[in-house]
Amino acid sequence: MEYLDILLNASFWQAAIRIATPLIFGVLGALICERAGVLNLGIEGIFVVGAMSGWMAVWLGASLWGGVAVAAGCGALFGLVHGILTVPLGLSQHVSGLGITMFATAASYYTYRTALPDVTSPPRIEAFKPLDIPMLSDLPFIGEALFSQTAMTFLALFMVLAVAFVLYRTPLGLAIRAVGDNPAAVEAQGLSVYGLRIGAIMAGSALMALGGAFLTMSAFDAFFFGMINGRGWICIALVVFASWRPGKALLGALLFGAFDAFQIRLQNEVGAAVPSQVFLMVPYVLSIIALVLVARKADYPRALLQPYFPGQR
Amino acid sequence: MTQQEGERTPLLSLQAITKRFGPLIANSDISLDLYSGEIIALLGENGAGKTTLMNILFGHYVADEGGIWVQSSEGTLEALEPGTPHAALASGIGMVHQHFTLAENLSALDNILLGTEPLLKPRWSRKAARTKLQALMAKSGLEVDLNQQVSKLAVGERQRVEILKALYRDARILVLDEPTAVLTPQESEGLFKTLELLAANGLGIIFISHKMAEVLSASDRVLVLRHGELVADLETSICDRNLLADLMVGHSVDVPTRDAATPGPATLMFRGVSAGTGREALSNVDFSLRSGEILGLAGVSGNGQGTLSKLLSGLEQPTSGAVELHGTPLSRNAAGVIKQGVARIPEDRHHDGIVGAMSVADNLVIEEIRSPAYSRFGMLRFGEIKKRAVEAIQAYDIRCPGPSARARLLSGGNIQKIVLARTLDQEPQVVLAAQPSRGLDVGATAEVHRRLIAARDRGAAVLVISEDLDELLRICDSIAVIHRGQISAPAPTETLDKQRLGLMMAGHPANKELAG
Repeated sequence: MEYLDILLNASFWQAAIRIATPLIFGVLGALICERAGVLNLGIEGIFVVGAMSGWMAVWLGASLWGGVAVAAGCGALFGLVHGILTVPLGLSQHVSGLGITMFATAASYYTYRTALPDVTSPPRIEAFKPLDIPMLSDLPFIGEALFSQTAMTFLALFMVLAVAFVLYRTPLGLAIRAVGDNPAAVEAQGLSVYGLRIGAIMAGSALMALGGAFLTMSAFDAFFFGMINGRGWICIALVVFASWRPGKALLGALLFGAFDAFQIRLQNEVGAAVPSQVFLMVPYVLSIIALVLVARKADYPRALLQPYFPGQR
Repeated sequence: MTQQEGERTPLLSLQAITKRFGPLIANSDISLDLYSGEIIALLGENGAGKTTLMNILFGHYVADEGGIWVQSSEGTLEALEPGTPHAALASGIGMVHQHFTLAENLSALDNILLGTEPLLKPRWSRKAARTKLQALMAKSGLEVDLNQQVSKLAVGERQRVEILKALYRDARILVLDEPTAVLTPQESEGLFKTLELLAANGLGIIFISHKMAEVLSASDRVLVLRHGELVADLETSICDRNLLADLMVGHSVDVPTRDAATPGPATLMFRGVSAGTGREALSNVDFSLRSGEILGLAGVSGNGQGTLSKLLSGLEQPTSGAVELHGTPLSRNAAGVIKQGVARIPEDRHHDGIVGAMSVADNLVIEEIRSPAYSRFGMLRFGEIKKRAVEAIQAYDIRCPGPSARARLLSGGNIQKIVLARTLDQEPQVVLAAQPSRGLDVGATAEVHRRLIAARDRGAAVLVISEDLDELLRICDSIAVIHRGQISAPAPTETLDKQRLGLMMAGHPANKELAG
């Protein structure tokens, strides 16, 4: 059974985690926004912004972590725009989000083209390297499968814990969960609905941008047009799959990463017998199936998509 | 008492509050003082400005004129910063809104603690909070399972959580907006006991209400608002029902009178009808409704009234037995039922009675939209629809900006008038009125009753489903009781009283002599 052999190969697991990393960032970001009651369809564009701005900062001479910070900052900025449009102004979250995606994508491409008018092959940077963790990285199989990742992957995993801690263990997280369920409850307890929601969208957007930055600064070392390729949209689906819980979000991202890594290897095994596009469909089809099974009983944050205007009954 | 109060510092003082919404003056020059240990009732009809005033107090709105002063911990009066709930909470004002402000995905404890700690506090122990709440619960009698998610709590428990929210923040002033609107009579009684206890512990309490009975029994002082103005500030002990009703409405309300009925033949027959499932199931129900008669159906909600309404509205079918109108089976769909002459006044008028996003005019003709009077060649006749709307607005005194105003924006009483105009003007044979005056003020209730009696006098068979026994005893010719899906034989109203009906609603047979 050579198909099962794929699963026994350490490089498969290594690839699965690598592919999952931007999704972990993205799904956590979308989760924070939606927990506060705002759908952020700007995610696809914010990925592009993160990928472009982080990479360009490094290309212009910033350190790698400097680039990460720039990406997060740019993401938060677009989050602020989405927040102002959807929270105090109460515009349609769908329309605003899609607008942000188109605007952010176009603005990133424009910046890239303006800075590099006539390069044909994208310039490369010195990207993050897999960390060499003493002891762990040297373990047979496990070392290669789980511990030969870059710092950004570990950052993503740490973020899962951090987001879970903030959401469930701090007064801030309590307020975010409340504002996504009933903003009137938050206002009646003297907290600012606008402040919480805009803050959550900015933080979530910063995380989304890190997902993009991972692609140009860790998975690859250059920026291409079209490189985000729907990863943001997958995150929107994964949030539902995860029932808005950070732990399940990690699981969902890893599952998707595993499907994707599996299909790449399956293409090599089966070869030309089946068109390669069929394999490309596999992770998406599987996520639709998973979603159908899970989303039917999904417990949406009750105030999701609903703008709040103080004093209105 | 009154002389002493003049020297004491009030807990709370509203001074000359005025609030306008466009041309509408919601509150005009209202002043009030609240003292420690006192329970004030704020009485007024819907739209009199009670809720607006309390929302200004709590910082949801900013008053256009006037100010609010609150007693500080040193005992001096200090101005309250307007427009922020945060400042109101910090100064010791707690508010229990009519529509509870609870996050249902959180536990009762989390709802109470929300916003009480600095947001960025990294380590957070709930132990001290729990201890404090246990003590508060023991002291006030407000028992709540703190760990239970709010979505799983009953309405009465949610209200207790709301009050605990205020007490946990050491509120000295408690404001409750229509606290009994969603409670059973027993729960209301418990609530007022708790409020008395809290007042005895030094809190100042304001509750908003339009129910005279509870105002008279539970308050020390009554403030009456009418059209945004404070028209009376009286000791409750010198008030009575009639005085308060006159003050609220501004003129005396004529309670509609009912002549003896002259019932005709049975119009609507239920023959061994079973329908519905669960608590709302009807089992083997037989009863008949005669033309020219108002039959009341008393009962605690959830004993099958919902299924009965749905049957008569064409929204549900009997699983066995038959419903007959003039000897022919009742149509199996809503449109057919309307055509057969059944007028439906639904229980949830906002949800089932109107289409909120549509205009008053459209809502008035929506049941007859296919009739040649309002549409021709598949197109609406706007002129006719508008003409009809103008007439109905006049005849039923529907207070709205005009025929094209969106129905959702009207008050409950005016929405009910739309429903009445739409259904009763079609001269129905059968009128089904479910909780027709629930949530309505005195004036609107009298109007609803007058219209139902008029329909009866015209020869319609009227079925009134209600939990309000006063209402049933006032307007019905005979009353039956529904209990666990069974309907008792109707008895003439003259032979019944509240006590007897109450026992029947709890499942005692009608003809059994009262014990003791």
